[in-house]
Amino acid sequence: MSMPLNEHIVTSYEDELLLLARLTSEMGGMVEQAISEATTALLKLDREAAQRVRAADRRIDEMQHRIDELAVSVIARRQPMAADLRAVVTSMQVAADLERCGDMAKQLCKRTMQIDSLSLAPMFYNGVKHMKDLVAQQLQTALDAYLTRNSKAAIEVCSRDDEVDAIYNSLFRELLTYMMEDPRNITQCTHLLFCAKSLERVGDHATNIAEAAYYLETGRHLGADEQQRQPR
Amino acid sequence: MDMLAGKVKMTQVPDMAPQTLDPTTRRTRVTARDVTVHYGAKQALFGVSIDIPDRAVTAFIGPSGCGKSTFLRCINRMNDTIEGCKVGGKITIDEDDIYNPALDVVELRARIGMVFQKPNPFPKSIYENIAYGPKIHGIARSKADLDEIVVTSLRKAGLFDEVKDRLQEPGTGLSGGQQQRLCIARAIAVGPEVILMDEPCSALDPIATAVIEELIDELRANYTIIIVTHSMQQAARVSQKTAFFHLGNLIEEGKTEDIFTNPREKRTQDYITGRIG
Repeated sequence: MSMPLNEHIVTSYEDELLLLARLTSEMGGMVEQAISEATTALLKLDREAAQRVRAADRRIDEMQHRIDELAVSVIARRQPMAADLRAVVTSMQVAADLERCGDMAKQLCKRTMQIDSLSLAPMFYNGVKHMKDLVAQQLQTALDAYLTRNSKAAIEVCSRDDEVDAIYNSLFRELLTYMMEDPRNITQCTHLLFCAKSLERVGDHATNIAEAAYYLETGRHLGADEQQRQPR
Repeated sequence: MDMLAGKVKMTQVPDMAPQTLDPTTRRTRVTARDVTVHYGAKQALFGVSIDIPDRAVTAFIGPSGCGKSTFLRCINRMNDTIEGCKVGGKITIDEDDIYNPALDVVELRARIGMVFQKPNPFPKSIYENIAYGPKIHGIARSKADLDEIVVTSLRKAGLFDEVKDRLQEPGTGLSGGQQQRLCIARAIAVGPEVILMDEPCSALDPIATAVIEELIDELRANYTIIIVTHSMQQAARVSQKTAFFHLGNLIEEGKTEDIFTNPREKRTQDYITGRIG
């Protein structure tokens, strides 16, 4: 149930919860940027850009540690209850999902460094780009749903995960075709298959974040029944 | 895994935390319907209705002056002694109307024992503190009976081993936590069905508090316990059902884990998260 909350009597407690939300938002921004830059680096085979994204992943990891430490500290010192407890617990979940998304961006970059050349049809590029756009949109909506406590938007993210899976399956079939056409494509196509899988995993983490957003606002876990009840 | 097996007997791990035991599946021991309390012209309680489950701990929480202690005191008619206090509505224990004029209040208070905020042992020996109730209620027929009640009550209150060699020493010489357990033993000695506790740990240090909380957890196997506490963490730790009072109204009641993780009412949420006092 959504309840607009008043401010805490203890200002420093309020400040800590706000800081937790701000760090989560900041971490979300870093991850969105990493995924976007990593995908661009892959499609342009820009190794320098890929190297920069890999180096930046350490900052994402550090951010997760910061969020975890603050959350644990708040639990130990404030003993949060109800909506506050859910905010603290889900901040750790969301930070873990974001950190995994950061790892996926790093994976894209690692593959970029290993591919010699990309000589595939434009349809493939469009497919990857479309998938990245959709996944980035999913991640952004999930993070917004989390930060604004919007369970309706969270449900929409979960409902749209099928679209990400469908694009992944389509890319998978396309890459298989390239490999069958010419065995010399096998190496780069296998790399690209892993890249598509990484993007698909980001979509899964976006769904996890949306589920955390739903739990944060409602105090209930988002079951399949509730997803189906919502109009698409 | 072998190392772990040596230290932890897996069979001893309970299936679920005590707080997850569903109080709604227990039979109701005490029922309150539309209870109101006036102190003269001032109304302190506004139509409180609640079912108190048997053999479970029910916690009343809320800010000072919210009516939780007032309501607790209605359950064993402690408010009778306050001049100008008028109680309306109905409270029953096992179908017996507590406010039935024909009911013997002394007998009622033996059925519904009470432990207060500040330990209040009689200025008598430890033994006499426990023996006094059974003697005046005619529960013990012989000295041997009385001795047994004293020992059993002290054991149930987890105090026997600490005082067994000094039963004749004054109860007031014990530490605060021991005195509170002595008061719990005194309440148990007359064979109550319900034990009311009015902030029983507010004068105790954290370790003595933990000992009392452990005791409450053991006692709920045999007694219906209602505890008023200012500590929400304590309510969350010891109770299976929680009721939140505010400005003389019962705002929300339910399973403790639901109240503290996902309350239905905004006022409950605001109170337990420290947003209203």
